[in-house]
Amino acid sequence: MSETMTTESHVHHPDYVKIWAVLVALLLVSVGGAMSNIRGVVLVAAFGVALVKAYLVAKNFMHVTVEKRFVPYLLLMMIAFIVILFAGVAPDVMKHGGLRWSNDAAKQTVESGMKAAPKNE
Amino acid sequence: MNAQADHAGLVHDGAAHGEPGFFLKYCWSTDHKMIAMQYLFTGMIMAVLGGFLAYVFRMQLGFPNQNVPGFGLVTPGRYNAVVTMHGSIMIFWVAMPVLIAAFGNFLIPLMIGCDDMAFPRINRLSYQIFLLSAIVLLASFFVRGGAFGGAWTAYPPLSASGAYNLTPIGATLWLLAVALEFVAFLLGGINFTVTAMNSRAPGMKMFDIPIVVWMIVLASVIFMASAGPLIAGAVMLLFDQTLSTGFYDPTRGGDPLLWQHLFWFFGHPEVYVVLLPAMGIVAEILAVFARKKLFGYKTILYTAWAVGVLSFVVWAHHQFVAGIDPRMANIFSITTMLISVPIAEMVFLYIATLYGGSITLDTPMLWALGFVAEFLIGGVTGIFLGSSGTDIYLHDTYFVIAHFHYTFVPIAIIAVFAGIYFWYPKMFGRMMNETLGKIHFWGTVIPFNVIFIPLFITGVAGDQRRVYSYAQFAEQSRPALQHLRTTSTIALLVMLTFQIFFLINFFWSLRHGKRAEANPWRSTTLEWTVPSPPPHGNFSVLPTVYRGPYEYGLPGRADDYWPQDAPN
Amino acid sequence: MSSIAKPIANGRSATGIPTARLITWWVIASEIVIFGGLLAVYIMHRLGHPEWGAAAAHTNTVAGAFNTFVLLTSSLCAVLAHKAADEHNGPRAAKLLCLTSLGGLIFLTIKGFEWAKDIREGFVISSGGFWSYYYTLAGLHGLHVLAGMIIMLIVAADAAKNQELQRVECIGLYWHFVDIVWIFLFPLLYIAR
Repeated sequence: MSETMTTESHVHHPDYVKIWAVLVALLLVSVGGAMSNIRGVVLVAAFGVALVKAYLVAKNFMHVTVEKRFVPYLLLMMIAFIVILFAGVAPDVMKHGGLRWSNDAAKQTVESGMKAAPKNE
Repeated sequence: MNAQADHAGLVHDGAAHGEPGFFLKYCWSTDHKMIAMQYLFTGMIMAVLGGFLAYVFRMQLGFPNQNVPGFGLVTPGRYNAVVTMHGSIMIFWVAMPVLIAAFGNFLIPLMIGCDDMAFPRINRLSYQIFLLSAIVLLASFFVRGGAFGGAWTAYPPLSASGAYNLTPIGATLWLLAVALEFVAFLLGGINFTVTAMNSRAPGMKMFDIPIVVWMIVLASVIFMASAGPLIAGAVMLLFDQTLSTGFYDPTRGGDPLLWQHLFWFFGHPEVYVVLLPAMGIVAEILAVFARKKLFGYKTILYTAWAVGVLSFVVWAHHQFVAGIDPRMANIFSITTMLISVPIAEMVFLYIATLYGGSITLDTPMLWALGFVAEFLIGGVTGIFLGSSGTDIYLHDTYFVIAHFHYTFVPIAIIAVFAGIYFWYPKMFGRMMNETLGKIHFWGTVIPFNVIFIPLFITGVAGDQRRVYSYAQFAEQSRPALQHLRTTSTIALLVMLTFQIFFLINFFWSLRHGKRAEANPWRSTTLEWTVPSPPPHGNFSVLPTVYRGPYEYGLPGRADDYWPQDAPN
Repeated sequence: MSSIAKPIANGRSATGIPTARLITWWVIASEIVIFGGLLAVYIMHRLGHPEWGAAAAHTNTVAGAFNTFVLLTSSLCAVLAHKAADEHNGPRAAKLLCLTSLGGLIFLTIKGFEWAKDIREGFVISSGGFWSYYYTLAGLHGLHVLAGMIIMLIVAADAAKNQELQRVECIGLYWHFVDIVWIFLFPLLYIAR
C-alpha cells in the first residue's frame, strides 16, 4: 500500500519539444557532415555534435545542472576514472610498439588489413 | 524533499504486518539484520571450503606427491583448480560478503539511527543474487573437467581456451559466478550508500557518522567505479570462451594484455575495497577498548578518500613483468610508492588513538591490535613489490604470496573475528566466552606467522608460484628449503585446528552464553542503545543525535563515555 | 508485489535529494563506468586498427540515424511524462511512458532487421575485431533498452493509478542515460570510417 508521493517539482520545465527539435536538427547535421570527404568535417560532425547532443539531453531532460552539486560531480568523477583507464591502457593496447617492445601480431593484422582494402582518404 | 521532520520520532509500524512464519522470517526477509546473517553464514560456510582448499594444496607442497587425506592425489590439473578456487572464494565469497555485506547490512541502519535500509527489497534481491553466484561457483566443482583452473586472475589465453585450461565448463561457470557476485555487490553497495547519505538520524551530520559506516560506503563506491570496466572485460572473455571471438587472442587481432589491464584496474582498488571496512571495524574497537576518542577522525576520513582515489592509478604494478611499456612501469612505480603513505598515516593515527588510553585487552581488542601489527608487516613488504626493479625478481615468487597473505589475512580473518567478537552480543543477545576467545586468538595469530614467514624466505630464494610440485620442476625452486615448506604446512594444520575453539564458542554461546545487555562494552554509538538483539524496526523511538561518535574519557562527567543520542 | 510498507529510512533525505532519485543517479554512475570501460576499450582498438574502417563501412548509417531519431523522440516522451507526473497527472504520465517504451520497441525491431541483414551477409560476432566490438557494444546497449522498457511499463502501471509518481522521473533519468550512450555509439559505429 503505497501513498502518492507529492513531488513538488524541483525543476522548471522548459519547452521540451523545442529542445527535441534542436536535437533532431543536430542529428541531421551530423549525418550530413558524415557524408563529407574532409576527414576533419566528418569528425566534428560526428563527435562534436554528439557531445553537444549529450550535453543538451543531460541539461534539459535530466536537469543535471539544477540538481544538487553532488550529482554532476559524481558523474564527472566516473568519467574521470574512464579517462584514467584509457590513459593507462592505451599505451599498451592502442599502440603497437614502444620502448624496447613491439606487438608484431597486431602490426601484421593492421598491415594485411590495410593491403586488402585500399582506402581513398 | 526533507521528510525528516515528518518522521521524527515515528516508529516503524512492525505490528501492522504481524509475526512472520519461518519462510518469511529466515528465507524471504527484507530486514537488514536477517540479510546480514544470511551473508555472514554463507560467508562462513565458504570460508570453511576455502580453508579446506588451502589445506589440500599446502599438504601437496609440504608433503609432495602423496595422497592428501580427505582429498586424494593432487594432480597438476587439480592443483590448479584448488589454488584458483581458494583465491576466488576467499576474496569474493568470504572477505567481501562478510566485511561489506554482513557488517554493512547489520551496522549501517543501526549506527545511523534508522529502521532499515532505504530499499529493503533491493537488499533482499542482492543477497539472492549473491547466493545464486555461490551456487553457480559450487556447481562448477561437479561439472566435467571440474572447477576452473586458470588462477583467480583468469589471464587469457589460458582462461579463454578450454584446450589450454582443461576446465572449459568450469571456466565459464566461474566467470558467470563472478559476474553475478559483482551484480549483487553493485546493488547492495548502492543501497548502503544511499541509506548512509540520506537516512541518517536528525542531528547526525557527515562527520558524526561512525567511521566503519564511512569505510563501508567508500568501499562500495570504490568497488562500483572499478568493477565497471572489468564487467565489460568479463563479457568479452565470456564471448571468447563461448562465441569464438578474439578479444584477447593475438592471432585474431586481440590482446591478452588488455584483460590484464581491465582485471587489475579493478583488482587493485579491490584490495582497498576489503581493506577499508576492516580498518573501520578496527577503529571502532580501538576507541571503545582504549576508552579514548579516535585520533584524527577527519584526517582518517580524508586519508581514506585519498587512498580511494590513488588506488585507481597504481594497478599496473601487477603487470611489471607482463610486457607493459617501461615508461608506464616508471609511472606506476611512483604512484605505488605514494599510496603507501596514506595507509601508513592511518596506522599512525590508530596508534595515536591508543596512546594514553585506558586499555583493556578483551578478545575484540586483541584481534584489533593483532590486525595493526600483522597488517604493518604486509604493508611494508609491499614496498619491495611496488618498485618495478625489485619486482622483476620477486614477481610470481612466494614472496608475493606471503606479502598478500600478510595483508589479506588481517583483513579477511583477523579484522572479521574482531568484528564478530565485538558485535556478537548485539547480533545474538549473548556474550561469547572470553577464555575460548583468547585461546582462539593466540592459536590463530601465532601459527599464521609460522605459515608465512618461511614463505618470505623461500620466495626470496626463488620458489615460483603456481607450481604443483617442485619435484618435477626443480629449477622453479630451491630444493634445500623443503623443510621450510613443510613447517608452513604444519603451521596451517595447527591454525585450522584452533578454529574449532571459535566454532564451539560461536555456536555454544548462541544458546548458553551469558545474556547480553544493550551496551556491554559501554560504547557511544547508536547500535548499543537498542536491545540485544535489536527488534524488527530497531528503535522503539527513533533517535536524535547530538554529538560525534567517539566521546570517551571526558573530564568532569560521571561516565567515561557520552552516547551520541543523549541530550545532555 | 509484497505488502511491506516502506521503511522510514526510505522517506528521509539528509542530502535533500529523495532516495529514489538518489539511487537512480548512483545506478547511472555505475553504468557510466561499465559502458565507459567498453567504449574506451573500443576506441583504443579502433584508433590502433585503421583497417577496421573497411568493416565499419558495412554498417547501415540510415538505420543508425533513424534509430537515433527514435531514441531522441522516446526521450522527449519520457521527459514529458516527468512533467505530467509533476502536475500529478498520473494517467497522462503513464501514457507517455508507454509511448517511450514503444520507442524502445521500434529501436530494437530496427536493430533486429539490421543484424539479420548483417548476419545474412556473413558478418557475425566472430567475424573479426570490428564486428566483435560492434555486436558487444550494441548488444549491451540493447539489453539496457529492453530492461528499461520493462521497468518503464511497471512504473507506468503504478502511475496510471496515480501511485509512486516519483518513479516516473527516475525511470526517465535512466532512459535518458541509455539515449546518451546511443548518441555516442551512433558516430562510433556508424559514421566513423
